[in-house]
Amino acid sequence: MKMRLKIIADGAKNMYNLCLGFTKTMKRKEILVLEDLLGSNKKIASEIRDKLTHKGILTINFMSSPGSGKTALLERIAEHLKPKYKMAVIEGDIETERDAERIRAKGILAWQIITGGACHLEAKMIGKLFPEIPPDLDFLFIENVGNLVCPASYDLGENIRCVLLSVPEGDDKPKKYPKAFTTSDCLILTKSDLLSLMPFDSERAQKEALEINPKLNIFVTSSLKDNGVKELIAFFIATRQKLLSQNA
Amino acid sequence: MHELSIVASLFEIMEEKAQEKGSKRIIYVKLQVGKLSGVVPEFLISAFDMYKKDTIAHDAELEIEDVPLTIQCKTCKKTMILDDFVFICVDCGSRDLKTLTGKELFLEKMELEL
Repeated sequence: MKMRLKIIADGAKNMYNLCLGFTKTMKRKEILVLEDLLGSNKKIASEIRDKLTHKGILTINFMSSPGSGKTALLERIAEHLKPKYKMAVIEGDIETERDAERIRAKGILAWQIITGGACHLEAKMIGKLFPEIPPDLDFLFIENVGNLVCPASYDLGENIRCVLLSVPEGDDKPKKYPKAFTTSDCLILTKSDLLSLMPFDSERAQKEALEINPKLNIFVTSSLKDNGVKELIAFFIATRQKLLSQNA
Repeated sequence: MHELSIVASLFEIMEEKAQEKGSKRIIYVKLQVGKLSGVVPEFLISAFDMYKKDTIAHDAELEIEDVPLTIQCKTCKKTMILDDFVFICVDCGSRDLKTLTGKELFLEKMELEL
């Protein structure tokens, strides 16, 4: 019994000495860092934007929920742009090559980035494709992973960021997902052919989106009926013209 | 749920800064997370706890400062906090506003063992 007590006492003493030694030798230092957690993504994005802009390529990032019609709109855009301009598309999806195949079927160069679970594209993923991007392109479209939240935090080096909102999703989405709308240059309402069938208040959606971001350019489109797509393309062409004149 | 990607970038910065100072243990980490950062602090904490195992910050304490969305009206020059995301001056109704805070997603400071 005595022996056991002694062992316990010795153990406690050793522990005490260990702690004493620890506090004596441990020094704490506070350092001020003030570094942006997205800083490295922003840096890569800015390099991509500089290089593409210098080549006269206008880059457009499409963000939206899954199923809001990003690929369908790109198919329509391809039909309109193809006779006069050279475009390519980077597709981002969690799985499958399906979207890139749809774009290729229109005779347009397309790459598929399969994120394998990641909910957004990051600038370094675009950077990896950079050597394959033909320098004589006029327009590079990036279709982000379908998600109205996460992609909004990642600059991909685009000149124009577009958020798509489809009629079936509901007119309340701008207020519910503000980040996607505050960081975008364009709001593209899609599937406008369904307006007569659904309780979607287009005015409310537009008004609330403008409350969040008064600088939004708004386009009402239907890829199915090919409505409003020409106006959107005219905006892209005019923006590219400005970019070219700035380059000159 | 991109908080895990954000935490991965955070650890890159943390490990680099600790290495610069010759430290092998990070005791405390403080972040600034703005209301408009697009990040949910609760998810950030869960992601941090998941990620920190077997790193130099395995027992680090994480503190998050929520930064409100503040704006200055370019018309009447007043500064105010916006509780919702309606970018309209509460005083004069102008939409010409400048965002002062709320976009932050920063590693502010750390405490290291030396």
